[in-house]
Amino acid sequence: MKARAFSYVCPATVAEALDAFAAAGSEASFIAGGQSLVPALALRLQAPECLVDIGRIAELRGISQDGEWLRLGALTRHVEVHDHPLIAACAPLLALAAPFVAHPAIRNRGTLGGSIALADPASEFPAMMLAVAAEMEIAGPAGRRRVPATDFFQDLYQTAIEPGELLVAIHIPVARPGHRCAFDEFARRRGDYAIVGCGVMLALPADVVNEARIAFLSVGSTPLRARAAEAALNGRPLDAAAIRDAQAALASDLDPADDEQVPAAMRLHLARVLLGRLLGKIAAAA
Amino acid sequence: MSAHLPITLSVNGEELTRRVEPRETLADFLRRDLGLTGTHAGCEMGACGACLVMLDGLPVHACLIFAVQAAGATIQTVEGLTESAAIADLQSVFHTRNALQCGFCTPGMLVAAHGLLSRCAMPSREEIRDALSGNYCRCTGYEAIVDAIETVARRRAGEAASSMAEEPA
Repeated sequence: MKARAFSYVCPATVAEALDAFAAAGSEASFIAGGQSLVPALALRLQAPECLVDIGRIAELRGISQDGEWLRLGALTRHVEVHDHPLIAACAPLLALAAPFVAHPAIRNRGTLGGSIALADPASEFPAMMLAVAAEMEIAGPAGRRRVPATDFFQDLYQTAIEPGELLVAIHIPVARPGHRCAFDEFARRRGDYAIVGCGVMLALPADVVNEARIAFLSVGSTPLRARAAEAALNGRPLDAAAIRDAQAALASDLDPADDEQVPAAMRLHLARVLLGRLLGKIAAAA
Repeated sequence: MSAHLPITLSVNGEELTRRVEPRETLADFLRRDLGLTGTHAGCEMGACGACLVMLDGLPVHACLIFAVQAAGATIQTVEGLTESAAIADLQSVFHTRNALQCGFCTPGMLVAAHGLLSRCAMPSREEIRDALSGNYCRCTGYEAIVDAIETVARRRAGEAASSMAEEPA
């Protein structure tokens, strides 16, 4: 299958990109790495009149630390998330999740911003934005704003990005030495979309859990935070009883649907198994 | 609405300027415009891996990039890697180990293997399998392909070790 014909512009700045999108009206799409968009175009699930290629905008590149915050340009490629020393040091949960994102050749080209803006509920990075308490920097005709991950993912493929706006950077609070994190997922084959995946981040000062953030992928129409499970852990030692309570609390956090892969009850069961393993791993390493 | 646009890029060591339609993928550009049919167009949606090429030193799907996006890039196709003999040992061991049957997936396998060994000299079998996870082969069952790549990694390491041993003290 081939994409329908479209016109193509390649702006050099964010301002030019916003202008180009506005000029094309509602029939435009931004393209970055294109690893989700190009298949959608090839299958003609989407057929924009105009592609605005943001791939050459220098401002959208780069990984840098500014005090308590890590800034990841929207064009940061998955392979950079996988390899970059600042990510390993400041946002290790993303480095743990990166090997699970698609396949190596996709990771060489796909971008973090693209993955987050698409907001596929089965993708690793959108869910991990919840776990690391990221803030998304969005540029639009009216200026720039930062939206916390909890407000960013609104519905299936729906985010706080309005038409004509562009995700320019992801800001992540730098993990402190006391923070612990873990990631894992169940998939039938390496690189397949996960049946269920989970990232955990928590602090363990004086062996008591606080600031637990637990995020799941592939359990609903958006990435989901398991707030009841978090509440079951906060303020307690990370022992077998606390882990059991967190697993049990998932029944009120998650309400997955049946699908062609697995029934809902099995998905919830796998989510509990996964959470138990991740918390057990953190407890064993503490 | 979709006028042809000029692009300049390097393909297999040669600087080229061509006019392309925006919707033309890099895979189609290589195959049709340049006659480099070693890059295979299989699924055309990033699932099968037959169209992998090296773009600025990393394996990517040529079917998931429009040629216009590759302006300024340095591309190595399986033909270029063959001509420079960068993958001669991989090709030889793929042959002797029967790591191909129909051969459709082989260019993508070779580019994936080249990308892996450029990044990691001695990958484990698990790492080899991970590197090939986006490449479909419907003939071999993968085992021979993993064997071939592992053999080449060992041979290259052996050669590196023996050439170091030959260095005068």
